Amino acid sequence: MKILTLNFLMCARKACKSSSDAFPLHPRDVELEIVETDINPLFIRNILPRVEWAALRAMCNELGLPQLSETQPSCTDLFSTENLDPDATDSEPTQTLRDLHNLLVQTCIMEGKLVCGNCGHEYAIKEGIANFLLPSHMV
Amino acid sequence: MSRPEDILPPDLFYNDTESAKYTTSSRIQHIQASMTHRALDLLDLRHPSLILDIGCGSGLSGSILSAEAPPHTWIGLDISASMLAVALERDVEGDLFLADAGQGVPFRPGTFDAAISISALQWLCNVESSEESAGGRLKRFFDGLYASLRRGGRAVCQFYPKNEVQRGMVSQAAIRAGFGAGLLIDDEGTKGAKTYLVLTVGGGDLNGGDITGVVSGMEGVDVDDSRRRAQGRDRSKRGVVEKKGSKGWIMRKKEQMEAKGKVVKPNSKYTGRKRNIAF
Repeated sequence: MKILTLNFLMCARKACKSSSDAFPLHPRDVELEIVETDINPLFIRNILPRVEWAALRAMCNELGLPQLSETQPSCTDLFSTENLDPDATDSEPTQTLRDLHNLLVQTCIMEGKLVCGNCGHEYAIKEGIANFLLPSHMV
Repeated sequence: MSRPEDILPPDLFYNDTESAKYTTSSRIQHIQASMTHRALDLLDLRHPSLILDIGCGSGLSGSILSAEAPPHTWIGLDISASMLAVALERDVEGDLFLADAGQGVPFRPGTFDAAISISALQWLCNVESSEESAGGRLKRFFDGLYASLRRGGRAVCQFYPKNEVQRGMVSQAAIRAGFGAGLLIDDEGTKGAKTYLVLTVGGGDLNGGDITGVVSGMEGVDVDDSRRRAQGRDRSKRGVVEKKGSKGWIMRKKEQMEAKGKVVKPNSKYTGRKRNIAF
């Protein structure tokens, strides 16, 4: 599971929906793996405004990954040439973009568990697949 | 043909053998691919997007999303562990989750640009325990989906409704969750009819009800939106309150009784009129 996905996940329980602690989920005992993928600059630019930067920073701390900058990079930081045309793909990706791609898309959680900060429920991750099936008494 | 939904719940029906059979069948691969392409056309995505695939199975539809140029990124939910195991073997690009869509969608609000679901929603209408109901499961699913899509996002769900009632139940549940919903049926009336539920969140521009764009630019074509017509009819009915015993009321009741198959006296010029006072 990509770090990007983890930035969007929250506890599936109905009771946790209204709690602010249900997001983000806290990774525990995780095994990380780098999965090489092609860089997709337009996708990163599309998704970046939706990423919760504070949650991502906290997550990097918990996972022991290198510290991120205080402020969220803006879309203009991603491309070296000042190109405001939204469909331009030819501009060169910057180091910021490469780092983001590396962290959000290439870093994957293969094993471990995710813990909800509100109810404490543990979601197991096996071979990169998280188990979000809830037993009927917890729905 | 028997419906697999009637045999077993999805997590048990798609066991290792069924999952492998499903994924390797070239017929199913072909149908799934054409439906996914159709759904992608309806989604009308212009940028590489984050897409939720509900009932992703072995990732047949997902691999088409990844093969687009530029590729979309997708996250798949499925309730069958065997199907997901096949997806792992096929080495699909998307992130996979073992989850029941009827328990909601575990993503924070405004996550996805779009959602896609190929041949999965009919499974939601099946209930295995007395603690839950089909309506409740559909409600949780559509409420969760509505929240997790960003404003202006779209969802296209292809499903095989068992009958008219089930089709209505699914689309009503989507409308109640807040979606703008439209049903699109390809090859209607044939054995290979495909039902697509096209859902929009917020300011989705439906080009005046014509979501397929088939009739765009054609003259003298009206898009017939049966939902709007039904709404209009309701409103006109509510506007005029008929007095009990009035002529209009009597005529309506007679029509109702006739429709029920009761014997009703024919209408004449005296129907609904008062008698003269003879003395």
